[in-house]
Amino acid sequence: MALDVSRFRRGNGQTSSTEDPPAQTTQDPSFALPESGGTLARPEPVTGAPRAPEPEEPSTVGVGPYRLAVRRLRRNKTALFFAGVFVLIVVVCLLAPIYSQDIAKISPNATNVTGTVNGHNVVSTSGVPIGPQFGAHYFFGADEEGRDLAVRLLYGGRTSLLIGGVATVIILLFGTLVGLLAGYFRGIIDAILRPIMELIWSFPPVILGVAVGTALALGGIGPIKGNSVFIPALIIGVIYIPYLGKPIRGETLRLREMDFVDAARVQGMSPRRIMFSEILPNTMSTIIVFAPIMLANAILLEAYLSFLGAGVQPPNASWGTLISDGINYLDTTPTFALIPGAMLVLTVLSINVFGDGVRDALDPRAQVKIQT
Amino acid sequence: MARFAVRRFMSMLALLFATSVVVFGIFEIIPSYNPARAIAGRNANATTVKEVSKKFGFDKPFYAQYANTMKLIFTGQIVDYQDQLNVVDQFKQKFPATLSLVIPAGIIWLIAAIVLGSVGALKAGKFADRALMVMAIVGVSIPVFLLAAVLLYLLAYKTSVFPNTGYVSLTSSPAQWAYHLILPWFSIALLSIGFYSRVLRGNILDMINQDFVRTARAKGLSQRDVFSRHVLRNSLMPIITLFGLDFATLLGGATLVTETVFNIPGIGQYEAAAIGNLDVPPILVGAMFTAFFVVIFGAFCDLFYALLDPRIRLSG
Amino acid sequence: MAERLLEVDNLQVSFATEDGVVRAVDGVSFTLDRGEVLAIVGESGSGKSVTSMTLMGLTRGVNSHFGGSAKLKGKELLSASEEDLEKIRGAEIAMIFQDPISSLSPVHRIGDQIVEQIRAHDKKISKGAAFDRAVEGMERVGIPHARGRARAYPHEFSGGMRQRAMIAMALSLSPSVLIADEPTTALDVTIQAQILDEVKNLREHSDSGIIFVTHDLGVVADIADRVIVMYAGRVVEKGTLDEIFYDPQHPYTWGLLGSVTRMDREPPKRLPSIPGLPPSLIKAPKGCHFRPRCPHEFDRCAEVPPLEARVSDAPDHLDRCWLSVEDKRSRREVEGRIGLVKDTVAV
Repeated sequence: MALDVSRFRRGNGQTSSTEDPPAQTTQDPSFALPESGGTLARPEPVTGAPRAPEPEEPSTVGVGPYRLAVRRLRRNKTALFFAGVFVLIVVVCLLAPIYSQDIAKISPNATNVTGTVNGHNVVSTSGVPIGPQFGAHYFFGADEEGRDLAVRLLYGGRTSLLIGGVATVIILLFGTLVGLLAGYFRGIIDAILRPIMELIWSFPPVILGVAVGTALALGGIGPIKGNSVFIPALIIGVIYIPYLGKPIRGETLRLREMDFVDAARVQGMSPRRIMFSEILPNTMSTIIVFAPIMLANAILLEAYLSFLGAGVQPPNASWGTLISDGINYLDTTPTFALIPGAMLVLTVLSINVFGDGVRDALDPRAQVKIQT
Repeated sequence: MARFAVRRFMSMLALLFATSVVVFGIFEIIPSYNPARAIAGRNANATTVKEVSKKFGFDKPFYAQYANTMKLIFTGQIVDYQDQLNVVDQFKQKFPATLSLVIPAGIIWLIAAIVLGSVGALKAGKFADRALMVMAIVGVSIPVFLLAAVLLYLLAYKTSVFPNTGYVSLTSSPAQWAYHLILPWFSIALLSIGFYSRVLRGNILDMINQDFVRTARAKGLSQRDVFSRHVLRNSLMPIITLFGLDFATLLGGATLVTETVFNIPGIGQYEAAAIGNLDVPPILVGAMFTAFFVVIFGAFCDLFYALLDPRIRLSG
Repeated sequence: MAERLLEVDNLQVSFATEDGVVRAVDGVSFTLDRGEVLAIVGESGSGKSVTSMTLMGLTRGVNSHFGGSAKLKGKELLSASEEDLEKIRGAEIAMIFQDPISSLSPVHRIGDQIVEQIRAHDKKISKGAAFDRAVEGMERVGIPHARGRARAYPHEFSGGMRQRAMIAMALSLSPSVLIADEPTTALDVTIQAQILDEVKNLREHSDSGIIFVTHDLGVVADIADRVIVMYAGRVVEKGTLDEIFYDPQHPYTWGLLGSVTRMDREPPKRLPSIPGLPPSLIKAPKGCHFRPRCPHEFDRCAEVPPLEARVSDAPDHLDRCWLSVEDKRSRREVEGRIGLVKDTVAV
């Protein structure tokens, strides 16, 4: 798999270990010849991204780090393939209403305990749902209440993806904002924001999410009703804010000491402008690296919450609730749990593989905490 | 050393305090949450609810409730709302099952990660390494309950190699204990093995390029000695930190999903039930239990670090 | 005649990278006898370190490729098995590295690191006896209270002491060849002088052959018998110390010498330097590698000049430059000193 080329080069680094070190430590200038041949280093562009990737072949001189990353990503066929898989899953899930109305001809929440398909009971007398029929009706079989699993799978996918997407937007917006504020202003703002982030971060996301999810599912919060899918989206978003906020804060702390920020300050730029037009663009590669990881983790956490009854509430379905329902029929109708499970894993896997490619393309040395 | 211990103890107190306030506060904020109603039952009338509320002190202000609850926790008298059982006793009773689940799982995943991470680094770019890469990325993409479901389906239902669920204590039958726990162990371990070995692999590859490793080779040490004495030893440290935190949260009840799926009567299952019932005392004790282990294992990691690397001094 | 230790003939080292093949060393030949100090001089990336590390087999890897031959006491090193090399490394050829803090393991005691080397080659020696030998070695290179210091960790040593420990480690098995790869570069000036004294001491009191790799000609003048000047993977000039310093033939050597400030001359108006950067070793310039930076280049430089003796009365003084000896002599003096300044040269 082509994902690992840059690490391979680094890892097998006979070349790097055998070349003379590029930077010499301090020495008496009168006693030694200048190692670089005496030319002055090229002046650094003031607002250039300091996290530019490793030095490249001469042909890439003058190409911006993002175009370089896109170029590298385009060579990564595995990452592109899985990006395609993800897009396909999204499109198929968006087509759920069409499938429901025109092919399966059954709504996602319509129960059918006493019905038959192809001469068999949809739900047997002992309560076991039927397995896959691979036809227009009950393509993937039924659930315990006789609902069409394929229809619910697509609708459930919409829910899972929606929650993941909304949560990711929350994470990206607020994680960045919190990180910038805490890192730029330090002092009292940091003293308030940092401990909150640390506290949320030190809890296992599943435990925190389930506790808050169960509580909020009862009465909702503000204008959002208890059974709304935006409740889990909100919870997941808030839980993962520190996962982005902490690294952004760290980077902001580093960047605010750099000369180009001083230059902006001397020019009389307002803190808001410095934060958003000087520092933010320089943290962009971190945000881009985190976005797919956060999306994958948000979808996974939604599944955990729904599995434990603290996420999506009935009659709505998500991949998590479907697995949760199906796991009781593992011995009789294993496809009930395993098909939604396969969809979930395929989706998250696609995002992760693509995200890995993005990370390698942008910053081969990034260390990211991946955890659920 | 004494200073280290004192500072760790202080940070433990701070974390316990913060955790308990936050957990307590979450339930206070929720408008629809009424523990008195939960205790009194769904069909209780308003007067009963009021009586219960008075009896448990739910009508008192937040700080008084908090102080009272803390007092009960630290005197070991806290009871849950649902069944009025002593929470500390419940934890004591259920902790062995969680230990039986977590400790062997931790050992499996750490050893496997060290072996596979080393293999991945030494065979960088080759098939074994790529397989590891796939395993790592699949590992962070599968929820543990799904892996558990697949393992159960394949090995318990389809082929009956292992029992489907249940728990036998170690003292009653060690063989049955292990037989029942193998699937849960691997459910927990498999997902972390990929990620851990990937991190270790990266560390090793960074370490191999270090000057002192070149020196070790220049001294004429065999490749095995260079690897085990110089490369691996220095590469293990970040793994130890990761492991300390993960292991601590597992002990504190992060096994709730695994315990629920495999029906293991540990504190994870207990907490899952408490969360379902919005039963605050067990949730609160569980959160503090986790915080306690996080600090303890953080201190263990630092001690281990200091042992491995003489440059590090224990200052807390 | 002293025993011939090393015989390197047309050594070639290249590395396959993502960006192309790097020809790090391209046809390097030299010999080393017992009791002799050979200096290899060049800038970063000139191939001097790769050359020395290749002798120890430290550049081996899936992406590296070797050509030519390198013999230690008649035994071929390039094709030697890894097991044979392990026996040679540390015992027959030892190496001192540039940066002692990063080159010593941070997590092992200094004494134990030396003991590890002794025991790697002598499986029968006891730990205690090996430790005594390590302490002796540390005393020999001037580490005070060696027995106590042997139990300290590298971070508890000063820079100079660390490098002494590194030298003690390299000498612990009395190797016939000692390679010092910029041993003074990472040190303070005063410590540099002490370490150089230590190397000179070594030259007088042992019969090892020493390869001294450096970019610092000032150091070379102090200790070397013979000098090899490398540029972009090739040897551009080699000869005895006097030949290189008093009759340098290659414009690159002039540049190196011109960059050294001398106490016995008027200080120059500005610190002289060689304009330009060394070429990429993936797409090296055709012909003479130094051509793009050389103010004296002419059409013939498009062909690679052979390394051959051009000064009539010095058969072992070789260089790689097409200019005639007379031309060279008339062009290299600038303001009464050797230099490489374009605007003062009439072509």
